[in-house]
Amino acid sequence: MINKTVNNVQEALIGVKDGMTLMLGGFGLCGIPENSISELVKLGVKNLTCISNNAGVDDFGLGLLLKKKQIKKMISSYVGENDEFERQMLSGELEVDLIPQGTLAERCRAAGAGIPAFYTPAGYGTEVAEGKETRDFNGKMHILEHAFEADFAFVKAWKGDTAGNLIFKGTARNFNPMMAMAGKITVAEVEELLEAGELNPNEIHTPGIFVQRIFQGKDYEKRIEQRTVRQKS
Amino acid sequence: MALDKIGIAKRIAQELQDGWYVNLGIGIPTLVANYIPKGINVEFQSENGILGMGPFPYEGEEDADLINAGKQTVTLLEGASIFDSALSFAMIRGQHVQLTVLGAMEVAENGDIANWKIPGYMVKGMGGAMDLVSSAENIIVAMMHTNKKGESKILKRCTLPLTGVKCVKKVVTDLAVLEVTNDGFKLIERAPGVSVQQIKNATEGTLIIEGDIPEMVL
Repeated sequence: MINKTVNNVQEALIGVKDGMTLMLGGFGLCGIPENSISELVKLGVKNLTCISNNAGVDDFGLGLLLKKKQIKKMISSYVGENDEFERQMLSGELEVDLIPQGTLAERCRAAGAGIPAFYTPAGYGTEVAEGKETRDFNGKMHILEHAFEADFAFVKAWKGDTAGNLIFKGTARNFNPMMAMAGKITVAEVEELLEAGELNPNEIHTPGIFVQRIFQGKDYEKRIEQRTVRQKS
Repeated sequence: MALDKIGIAKRIAQELQDGWYVNLGIGIPTLVANYIPKGINVEFQSENGILGMGPFPYEGEEDADLINAGKQTVTLLEGASIFDSALSFAMIRGQHVQLTVLGAMEVAENGDIANWKIPGYMVKGMGGAMDLVSSAENIIVAMMHTNKKGESKILKRCTLPLTGVKCVKKVVTDLAVLEVTNDGFKLIERAPGVSVQQIKNATEGTLIIEGDIPEMVL
């Protein structure tokens, strides 16, 4: 068994430098690597390109990095919940590349799967297709999209083991598995770190081969963005 | 009288067919889930990774690890499944989802839709909308017929940046049900108490009116 564990978040982030491209898992605030984001804020690394479906909210998630102006460019599909983001974008301080969500997911997956580019119909005939190769397959137009490259991928799982195997919980899975595949160095933080052999191999979502560093996370806030409930009748 | 958002959702719910997997967008489309016709089984797909999405949880049972695409806390129904974002969009692009319902800022008579950006004013992003509209065979748009100034949102050509081209099949507004045809918007039904003339006045795109137009039955 190859042991992937590191002692803490500080060790997990060794090698992160200014100007790097980072992937960060999560959908909204669900399944985001809270510990790694906090440490990126502490490290103060700048000019980052961040690939993440959303940009957090003003005071949580990637919003914390935005507030400290550590992000140069954001690659996302939806950024509607962050006023600071909108301010930086409209003032031109922040470069933003908005891309369709399925294309974002597939560009991560492709990066980890050794597929340099692929055709998708998403965005054909829109701004997203500008400057891209197009091609007709079976009478339908598609655009060529390229795999991402990322220096680090930060993912968050529910359970993990010392071999780097990961299991996600609920919709906190989202982009985490394909980002784990894509990072040159993938850092996984987990709510519960177990010994190799303690997870059922049949239930593992992300095999340890994709994970270079794993650590026991702590103090998860797991903030809910839209608390919606129904009344008991 | 023009329909409210619930009325639009109720009318769209009549389009559901037994055995369909359905993706509902944020806003009015989400309400459709509350009005599934009796005797019909459908499963809702949420693009952040759920099939078999249930209603909001009871107070105290919210789970931060279980949300819908609008980031709202939800529940799972029996037989539900959870998956990652790549698999979710494989279902969508692979046309395994039978119906997509989404909102729009503008729809054009050729089926073009715009719903993600107002240049210089509002840029929130397309989320999964471009993937959905580029692939779904059956797309219904839920929207108000006019904007707050009373200007038509049912147009000859969209003026805002497009989300997808020639993809919308049907539009349900507060005033009417319209089908997108090769010749323009075909008027299918009127909202209760709304006249054909009112709908004509509120529609900038080509409107095709054939025979008597029935009222919606909600």
